[in-house]
Amino acid sequence: MRVPWHRAFSAPGVLFAGLGFAALLAPFMTIAANRIVAGDGIRAWDMAPDYATWPGLAAVLVGLLLGLPERLALVRLGGAVQGLCGLVLLLSIGGPALLEGAGTNARVSPALGFWCLLGIFLLLVADALVRMAPGPPARAGLLALAVGALAAVLGSGVLSDLSVLQEYASRREAFLAAAWRHLGLAFGSLALAAVIGFPLGILCHRAANLRAATLPVLSFLQTIPSLAMFGLMIPVLSWVGRTVPGAEAAGIAGIGFAPAFLALVLYALLPIVGNTVAGLAATPPAAREAARGMGMTPGQRLWRVELPLGLPVILTGLRIVLVQNIGLAVIAGLIGGGGFGTFVFQGLNQTATDLILLGALPTVALALTAALFMDILVDLTRPAQEARHD
Amino acid sequence: MIEIIGLTKTYDSVKAVDDVTLTVESGTITVIVGTSGSGKTTLLRMVNRLEEPTSGEVRINGASTQAVAPHILRRRIGYVIQGNGLFPHHTVARNIAAVPNLLNWPRDRIAARVDELLDLFSLDPDQYRDRYPADLSGGQQQRVGVARALASRPDLMLMDEPFGALDPIIRARAQDDLRRIQRKLGSTILLVTHDMEEAIRLADRIAVMDGGRLVQYDAPARIIAHPATGFVADMVGDVERPLRLLSLIPVSEVVTDGSADGAAISAEASLRDALSACLWTGRTAVPVERDGVRIGQVTLDAIRARAEFRA
Repeated sequence: MRVPWHRAFSAPGVLFAGLGFAALLAPFMTIAANRIVAGDGIRAWDMAPDYATWPGLAAVLVGLLLGLPERLALVRLGGAVQGLCGLVLLLSIGGPALLEGAGTNARVSPALGFWCLLGIFLLLVADALVRMAPGPPARAGLLALAVGALAAVLGSGVLSDLSVLQEYASRREAFLAAAWRHLGLAFGSLALAAVIGFPLGILCHRAANLRAATLPVLSFLQTIPSLAMFGLMIPVLSWVGRTVPGAEAAGIAGIGFAPAFLALVLYALLPIVGNTVAGLAATPPAAREAARGMGMTPGQRLWRVELPLGLPVILTGLRIVLVQNIGLAVIAGLIGGGGFGTFVFQGLNQTATDLILLGALPTVALALTAALFMDILVDLTRPAQEARHD
Repeated sequence: MIEIIGLTKTYDSVKAVDDVTLTVESGTITVIVGTSGSGKTTLLRMVNRLEEPTSGEVRINGASTQAVAPHILRRRIGYVIQGNGLFPHHTVARNIAAVPNLLNWPRDRIAARVDELLDLFSLDPDQYRDRYPADLSGGQQQRVGVARALASRPDLMLMDEPFGALDPIIRARAQDDLRRIQRKLGSTILLVTHDMEEAIRLADRIAVMDGGRLVQYDAPARIIAHPATGFVADMVGDVERPLRLLSLIPVSEVVTDGSADGAAISAEASLRDALSACLWTGRTAVPVERDGVRIGQVTLDAIRARAEFRA
């Protein structure tokens, strides 16, 4: 059967191809005299001699065109991956070429054109994957592959001329410490909030009075602006550190890890308690009535019926918290809590954009990976009967 | 034997169930009929203590239901509700095994019981054991719900509008199945419905409730022929009384010698079906067969004689 020509093209593919060609006209990289001043934008084909840039340019252009056919999701996926490879190739060619003879302090960075194309290809990947609808195990494999590819590109050193990686090279130790601290803040606060939040959610599910009292308080905490929350922790915890015996020795003080950690826990409680309550309430009323009528004790109803049926909703709460905490933990840098926020705020003070990016980019990557990972987990726990009818 | 003695339930000084006393013989089906708000469901739920009685008592085979903790009591009483209440995240086998699991039956005994019940409800165990409720039709889900309630061989089965969610054709089949299985197993069943037709079809005894009170407790034929109050008469429906009476009588009771022409009717069919066959095909008699062999005929006169009101 012939497909009408306008149906043969993927609508997002057409849009992204148009935007992608326009983005190629924008500066692909910038070169600046040092790490502080603004740089000059250079188009992709002006970065180096033609023979050096054309493989990368061709990969990007063909990648955009491969995004067009509506019915061939695998081709669209392949095109997008090829485009991403082209972008990396262009960066690796452009970096050394632009730096040559530009002085020892000169810095090169990706510019508007690169970021737009990166976004476009990532969206093309997402669109193709949505169409292909891979199962949770396949998605886990793809996620591992993507993380592995990113690590390989960064580890290989082909991009080490980029300014943001130069910032990294000069503070390798600090970056590693910040990464661990960031993970500790995000996952540690998630764990503590879960330990408090799950039992609280179960109690709220059981007792309407407690629910009516608890959820508004947690909602109120959620409305406190994050900067204010971290700020408020300073006097509270410095008072605790001064007055409670042993607290200071345990590292509890107005600034540092403890106030940041506590603020994140408070933010995490509403999604965890709220989703636990919603998940437990999602049990079909007839199933709950049948469970009671057949002689299950309240504990048996919780473990055998309500928790398994509510698990996808409860895990969705954890997903919200994890992504939210990875983002919010940046602000911990402001009150000496460490983490990637340290670089963001140092960069802001020094007006060094690439130092800001050194804090921001890993945060974004971490949040994205966590979100995709949790999505896979949620899908795995969805009752089998739903998955079959999707 | 189930004895309900002076059972009363009061909500904020309103009597939902008002001093109901009735006895259900073992191995019989008792159907409680009433309009919504008549207290029939509350009465049923007091038997397995999903509702605690304000006063009165229930005894199962002589033992008071208050003698044990509610969840222990409920494991001995099958419970089927409208919309079946199957656990969507458990397979058919695990749903049926729910109460045996609570009772800690050994694994192989549970597996054997599950297969036995699936067979009993005409669901091939190999095909259905590992399916999820969402993969079944409404009628199949309902059968699994009843099988689950029967799994631990309970002393008593309570059914609250068990066929309410089924369409009419599947409902008739489910009712026939229930009757067949109840006869085979000798189960004692207390069933609640708002549908008098269903009550007449299933019941050994019908309890009619109105405004929380038991207004009549009798065999179906007596409920139809001698309604105790205007309310009962309304529930039966004046116009349909002769037909309802006929629906209770099997053709085999009035079969006579003779060989009428045309398509035959089964000896297990009701006189109502026979009447329908006569009227539809313009015959005054219909041949009767049992197991494919003609055993005589049923005449329109014989049907008419049984449908007449005899005080």
